[in-house]
Amino acid sequence: MALLEILKVPDERLKQASDPVEVFDDALRSFIDDLEETRLAGPGAVGIAAPQVGRFQRIVIVDVSNTRKPVPNHGYMVLVNPEITHWEGYEMGREGCLSVPDYTGNVIRATHLEVKAQDPRGKILEFKMEGFEARALQHEMDHLEGMLFVDRVVSRRTDLFRRKVYLKGRKAIGSA
Amino acid sequence: MNNWKMLTLVGEDRPGIVAKVTEALYRNGWNLGEASMIRLGANFSIMMMVTGEGDAEQILAPVASELKLHLHVDKITGGLHQHRVPNIQVRVLGADRAGIVAQVAGALLNVGFNILELESDVAGSSDKPVYIMNIEGYTDAALEQVENAVSTLGDIDVAVSPIETLIG
Ligand SMILES: [Zn+2]
Repeated sequence: MALLEILKVPDERLKQASDPVEVFDDALRSFIDDLEETRLAGPGAVGIAAPQVGRFQRIVIVDVSNTRKPVPNHGYMVLVNPEITHWEGYEMGREGCLSVPDYTGNVIRATHLEVKAQDPRGKILEFKMEGFEARALQHEMDHLEGMLFVDRVVSRRTDLFRRKVYLKGRKAIGSA
Repeated sequence: MNNWKMLTLVGEDRPGIVAKVTEALYRNGWNLGEASMIRLGANFSIMMMVTGEGDAEQILAPVASELKLHLHVDKITGGLHQHRVPNIQVRVLGADRAGIVAQVAGALLNVGFNILELESDVAGSSDKPVYIMNIEGYTDAALEQVENAVSTLGDIDVAVSPIETLIG
């Protein structure tokens, strides 16, 4: 196992889109172990994406089982080639990023997701997730498209009740 | 760059204030740090952390006078990277009356709640105004303690919720 170096803004590589994983071998699994070790070494990160450590492959880790107030979760998840097949609802929440030190901002994300992915051996996985876990996955999947949460930050004042009225009726938010 | 000044500009809102003020600073070699502009009523206000050589007040005097803005320059000690992340959000909604903010803020202070962000607005109609306030802050107290503290405020709705900041 080894700690990997996290790319930080304004590193241009963070804008690079990642490629699908095609080979599910020991090298992949060993990389995933390193990625998880790197996530755990950071300041309370609930997720990490491979491109954040300069590996431009569609691999994300999400684990929200350790929040201050417990939230619905699937525990530790490694999702290879993840795809959101359905999303619903929206909600504002505060985000930060290992690649953007010392900055947090409000982002609107879908609240309910259906997700297809593969595990580190290539087996097909399907999940339904909601709330904070769904938010974490959308944040990590943005990294796979070369997108950061700072590209989605909305004004603090947006949160005053109006926004909900304004957005009512829209089904999908975001491009994940 | 640790010689920060806080620059405050207040006045009637009109287009071009930010462009003209920052242009004057830039032309004189000043740099910006954190800044926050807001429009309240028809009024403009901005606070900017700035750093540079010379007298910021002198540099901005012509622009301030042209745009009829009050200008304040204060020497400050805090620099960049002093962010504090809120962990509790408090939303307030009620028929507008005197004392709402004072009562809510007082109740929050009693549980060691440090207000980091506050925004309020008056909605509704002029004969039935509704006061809306959104507060974010930090406290080590439990969520339930904060809820209890604001539960006695009677005619106003106060909703307390945790803010879980996602790092990923
Ligand atoms: Zn991130």
